[in-house]
Amino acid sequence: MTIGTPMLRKEDPKLLTGEGKFVDDIHVSGELWMGMVRSPMAHAKILSVDVSEALKMPGVHSAYSGADLNGMGLWAAPLPCAWPVTEDMVNPPHFPVAAEYARHVGEIVAVVLADSRYGAADAAEAVIVDFEQLPAVASLDEAVADSKMAHSDLSTNKAYHWALEPDNAAVEAAFANAAHTVTGNFVQQRMIPAAMEPRGVLAVPSPHGGELTLYSASQVPHLLKVLIAATTGLPENKLRVIAPAVGGGFGAKLNVNPDELLAATLSNKLAKPVRWTETRSEAAFSTHQGRGQNQRIELAADADGKVTGCRVHLDADMGAYMMLITPGVPLLGSFLYTGVYDIPAFGFTCDGHFTNLTPTDAYRGAGRPEASYAIERAMDMLAAEMGMDPAELRRRNYIAGGDHFENFTVSSTLAFDSGHYGPNLDKALEMADYDGLRAEQKKRRDAGDAKQLGIGMVTYVEICGLAPSRALGGLNFNSGGWEHATVRMLPTGKVEVVSGSTPHGQGHETSWSQIIATKFGMDPNDVEVLHSDTALSPLGLDTYGSRSLSVGGVAIAMAADKVIEKARLMAAHMFEAAPGDVEYENGSFSVKGTPAKSVHIAELGFGAFLAHDLPDGMEPNLQEQVSFDPPNFAFPFGTHVAVVEIDEGTGNVELLDYIAVDDCGNQVNPLIVEGQVHGGIVQGVGQALFEAAAYDEDGNCQNPSFLDYLVPSPMEMPNIKTDYTYTPSTSNILGVKGVGEAGTIGSAAAVMNAVVDGLSPHGVKDMKMPATPQRVWNAIQGVTV
Amino acid sequence: MKVDLTVNGSAMSADVEPRTLLVHLIRDDLDLTGTNVGCDTSSCGACTVHVNGESVKSCTMFAVQAQGLEITTIEGMAADDGTLHPMQEAFRQCHGLQCGYCTPGMVMAATSLLKQNPSPSEAEVREGLEGNLCRCTGYHNIVKSVMSAAGGA
Repeated sequence: MTIGTPMLRKEDPKLLTGEGKFVDDIHVSGELWMGMVRSPMAHAKILSVDVSEALKMPGVHSAYSGADLNGMGLWAAPLPCAWPVTEDMVNPPHFPVAAEYARHVGEIVAVVLADSRYGAADAAEAVIVDFEQLPAVASLDEAVADSKMAHSDLSTNKAYHWALEPDNAAVEAAFANAAHTVTGNFVQQRMIPAAMEPRGVLAVPSPHGGELTLYSASQVPHLLKVLIAATTGLPENKLRVIAPAVGGGFGAKLNVNPDELLAATLSNKLAKPVRWTETRSEAAFSTHQGRGQNQRIELAADADGKVTGCRVHLDADMGAYMMLITPGVPLLGSFLYTGVYDIPAFGFTCDGHFTNLTPTDAYRGAGRPEASYAIERAMDMLAAEMGMDPAELRRRNYIAGGDHFENFTVSSTLAFDSGHYGPNLDKALEMADYDGLRAEQKKRRDAGDAKQLGIGMVTYVEICGLAPSRALGGLNFNSGGWEHATVRMLPTGKVEVVSGSTPHGQGHETSWSQIIATKFGMDPNDVEVLHSDTALSPLGLDTYGSRSLSVGGVAIAMAADKVIEKARLMAAHMFEAAPGDVEYENGSFSVKGTPAKSVHIAELGFGAFLAHDLPDGMEPNLQEQVSFDPPNFAFPFGTHVAVVEIDEGTGNVELLDYIAVDDCGNQVNPLIVEGQVHGGIVQGVGQALFEAAAYDEDGNCQNPSFLDYLVPSPMEMPNIKTDYTYTPSTSNILGVKGVGEAGTIGSAAAVMNAVVDGLSPHGVKDMKMPATPQRVWNAIQGVTV
Repeated sequence: MKVDLTVNGSAMSADVEPRTLLVHLIRDDLDLTGTNVGCDTSSCGACTVHVNGESVKSCTMFAVQAQGLEITTIEGMAADDGTLHPMQEAFRQCHGLQCGYCTPGMVMAATSLLKQNPSPSEAEVREGLEGNLCRCTGYHNIVKSVMSAAGGA
């Protein structure tokens, strides 16, 4: 079960039997439950907070308003924003509990502590808060209009203006000389990430020792540790953060949240364990949301359909506050608006705006699905404008004409590591029977069938493997992009791998074991992976941005190579040979020319542990560590084809078929890759057809629960047809790219291209997401909503 | 109120508030934490258990309504020697889980589905699991797992 084989996951037996422990499964004696009192108004002045009735209730320990907590001196700094994208970005202070103003529905205005889950909920209900309602900025459009303020002490809702304009003169020239131009105005609706495990936290103090252990349903225990220390003043070296089994993240668990800071500080202050688990309906307010952008993209093309210029402007909804990377999400997409195409002139601007809505931040793909959507929808608009087949238009514009390339610098200034788009498209079209589909579509159109076909395609590219630390520094992102690994051969020949990557469903334990199994010629079941606990794995930068394999996995491979080199010196010493004469193959060392005499690397752990007979100057123990900082990002790509059936009588869109040909470079575990592709696609399909966080004019979320926020169920999805091409990355020694977000980056645009294609006989040129039956039916009737 | 019930073949009892949901009795009082809570509207199915052999979302019952009933949770599915239940094994073989949070509920619902319809079509599997949500797998491999457990794939 080496690299490239579909090994069954090591994680599964625990998760299949209920043995896996999520945060809410872990209990300690004496724990207090937090209950959050949340603002029912999107924008309000807090006049008074009365906790007296709550305090009289049985089992209630204490209760605090925002002012109470501020008076306790718990905060050394406001909640962190690690990505101040410009020098003059507006970043209003944001504390875990609001004291003077509430700026979105659900912002915490008081917290109660009680001895039970139900008791905390009851006590929160008993807190009386007097609010004075203020005008709310209840949508991105209202924020852009700027006639009322999300923060009453600010004179504009605009938080920043950011530009990526390498050559504006070239862009102007491209549009001035264009034979064809198209403009797309797209809305990336707000999405509720909805990982199946709600977020939760448990803080366990050690009153006499001073240590604090925090369990959190987090993708980022390492970042959390640093940032809890920075925001609370608790000493970093006394903090231990553990992300136990984590039930999905999709970006929603990579923040530093008010509840985590409250649990840490209150448990420390009260010398009692403090916990909280969000309810699903609470999650629409207590966990950040995704997307929330208005996009304008313009393409200029010559008479042959060669795209010569691309100009983009975004207005991005920050929500009420800047969370960890809120302002940076649009930037993550900014470099990808030229997609897989060789478009010589490019310009991008983005304005971030405050609203009185739940803050936004990363959601699967974070900026890149939005970019892919814009360019891929715009390419279809251009194809329609020119009367050209969308596949042909794409072919004409691929980088390197669709041939294999390495290290190609696109006009957005990034150097794509590798790509080979032509064969990828060919394979997808062949699997989909594209010509057959078009014939079927024509047949149905000619016959005036009640159910019409729509066919949509995308070729996406994404940036993953975040990130070269210097590149992040250049974007003002206050984090490194490296990952750490330690590989340790134990005395008995078993291996421990310590990784700073933090899985929450991706199967890292399996993939990392396969890397070691390949390097050391051993059974992957003899490898144990330690992770997600800052005491076991002190160094790490966690899991987001499809970075685990291409940064963290590569670090493991590099550390294994260092172990092999040390072991080679030991073997040479043992064989009384020169190290240069010692060969290594599939775990075994032997002297050149005498293969019969050999020693397996697993046998050298005990000698390194004893240290009785090591080469002069060699340190005992057989372990090595690597902090790998990648020299470049990785750029996976793929072609997806969506086939929808549109019921012209009801407007219902049914996804009939979905074909995905992805290229994430070399694959470590094809089974896991396939699962990531499936899940990613369905999240994009959700955005295209079903999901949107809906707000009324007062800023109330209309659909915070699963009753009316429509996460796709098994009924809405067809089986997904997958295949792959393999174009190794040049950014790392494994040639791997990343696949966690790829599906989502391709699928929303593929489905919407199919919907618009299916509606095109009605003169429909675009449609807002989600393409609900009502919207589609209206479009068929010629009504734009 | 005192409630006596049988859980995974063992007699158990607990003293609960009348309003306590069955899922919280199972998780918080009996410490069987394999049964998960994914929503508060009986929409997601993460808390699915068997009550007298039928799959039930355990957030839709009060604990006291389980008086005298037989409950099976995910902890009761594998054999005593640790051998996985055929449905659990099918999920493993077909990569029918990723984060594993919806998985116990999926396994319980799928087992119940096959009891009612031992040879379902793929569409029947999808319809039968409609009340169970997963955000990781896109359902493709969950459906494959259930078909495999049914001997159909």
